[in-house]
Amino acid sequence: MDYELMETCKEIRKEIFMQAYHAGGAHLGASFSVADILGTLYFGGVLNYRPEDPGWKERDKVILSKGHAGAALYAVLAIAGYFDRAHLKTFCQIGSNLGGHPKINEIPGVEASTGALGHGLSFAIGIAYANRMDHRDSHVYAILGDGECQEGSVWEGALSAPALKLDNLTVIVDHNKLQAMDCLEHIVPMQPFSNKWKAFGWNVVEIDGHNCSEIKEALLTRKPEIPTLVIANTIKGKGVSFMEHAPIWHYRMPNEQELPVLMEELGITEQDLKEESVVRQ
Amino acid sequence: MRTAYLDTLYDLAKKDKNVYALISDNGAIVYDKYRKDLGEQYLNLGISEANMLGMAAGMASCGKIPFAYTIGAFLAYRAFEFLRNDICLQNQNVKVVGTGAGEVYSALGPTHHATEDLGGLRSLPNLTVLCPASPMEVKKATMAAYEHQGPVYLRLGTNKETELYANDYPFRIGKGVTLREGKDVALIGTGSMLKDILDAAKRLQEKGIQARVINLHTIKPLDREIIFQAIEETGKIIVAEDHNIIGGLGSAVAEVVAESGEGIKFKRIGLKGFSKGYGTYEQVKEANGVGIKEICSQVERWF
Repeated sequence: MDYELMETCKEIRKEIFMQAYHAGGAHLGASFSVADILGTLYFGGVLNYRPEDPGWKERDKVILSKGHAGAALYAVLAIAGYFDRAHLKTFCQIGSNLGGHPKINEIPGVEASTGALGHGLSFAIGIAYANRMDHRDSHVYAILGDGECQEGSVWEGALSAPALKLDNLTVIVDHNKLQAMDCLEHIVPMQPFSNKWKAFGWNVVEIDGHNCSEIKEALLTRKPEIPTLVIANTIKGKGVSFMEHAPIWHYRMPNEQELPVLMEELGITEQDLKEESVVRQ
Repeated sequence: MRTAYLDTLYDLAKKDKNVYALISDNGAIVYDKYRKDLGEQYLNLGISEANMLGMAAGMASCGKIPFAYTIGAFLAYRAFEFLRNDICLQNQNVKVVGTGAGEVYSALGPTHHATEDLGGLRSLPNLTVLCPASPMEVKKATMAAYEHQGPVYLRLGTNKETELYANDYPFRIGKGVTLREGKDVALIGTGSMLKDILDAAKRLQEKGIQARVINLHTIKPLDREIIFQAIEETGKIIVAEDHNIIGGLGSAVAEVVAESGEGIKFKRIGLKGFSKGYGTYEQVKEANGVGIKEICSQVERWF
């Protein structure tokens, strides 16, 4: 067990909530769900990146296709040193570059503007293809939601990447089994999910999406001429007991009774909540 | 037009290894030399327009210059959100090239007609919209699109257009061209329609009406100066286009005319709905009220 990494992931969750707290809302469930995946990518020795030089040409790239988890990405980028951690408090406020969904060219470390679902995979395929043409050894990671896989364009990309033999691309599906309104299986059944991707020609690896060592091993898996698809079994709202597995936490803030429980579980103090929201550009 | 585009792009790709020809499974034989000579700079992505545009944006984010080409209707409608979010919003240097402008694919019916594309796409921020009128102009527009840093929609007809220009001329994005001088009325058009408009002007001349013909090969940014000049010098403007009457070039010119504050005579000619009937391009245009006959009778009503 990498306890330091686990601590960092807890820190990410704390920063996610603090952004939501200052802004008055965020997609908390989806952000908590993907926190350990992002944490392991950036702090588990997977990703090759230079926060001091965001445009470094040899860097690996992360495309957060499920852009509504932007708060999770911002927390990770801030902890990684792309920008000041205090800047997170400006989330979704007037004058800030940190909006509800990430934007390229405006936020250091963000590689694509996402938000409408079903876009990130094709964008990542384009990067992977360009990297191959430039004989660049960089890897591209695209993070998709499982509900997002109801978008038809995801399956255009799912056909395309194996056809192009892009082994420098890894797609991670944050498989928390919930979408905005209910369980996926109650809305549009996706099972057998793993077999669908296998049938499309992907190297499929299925893991516990909250176990950092499993995540790391999966993210470093490569198969010649075949893109890898990591099904990360996750819990929406992971880390806050009353949010876990509950669809209502797709977009909601805790009430007075819930807040102390959340603070206790994420290690947030009264002092943390009191800090002023200051826009720092 | 198609051949002019493909030849120009081929030369560009040979010279610049960052230029890519992406297609969505259309045009078998015409790509023979691409397949032979361009290696992985040529890519047929199959029938997946949304994926093609998303991928093109990703490539552009790495410094590539992808030209993504297929039937315009499929790009403008099916892949609209990918054009908007991945290319325009992120200001990626992608050239989106749609063939079959207007009702050019006359016999194939409305599913294959790009007759609302200008209306939708000219409202997209960061997107330059080009609609060249002849093979030579296609060549120049393709070069201009390549040299322009940012997203471009290049709207092409098919392969049957004749050359309208007797001599070479300087092509500049956003700068219209006066194809024929005249002080009585200004006829404004874009793309393949210019041929019809020039023919209409000749017929009108036989009746003693001197029609100016203006080619707005750039729909966005629009050449306001050439329109102001026409307002001032002719006082009568007709915009004829093979596009829905809502949102296209006629609407774009109407915006300029309305804001000019000059109460001139102004008329748009365009499709009133989806195109009806089949046949040759000329037949379908006439049947849908966007041909030479319609232009002439509108002008004659004013004289």
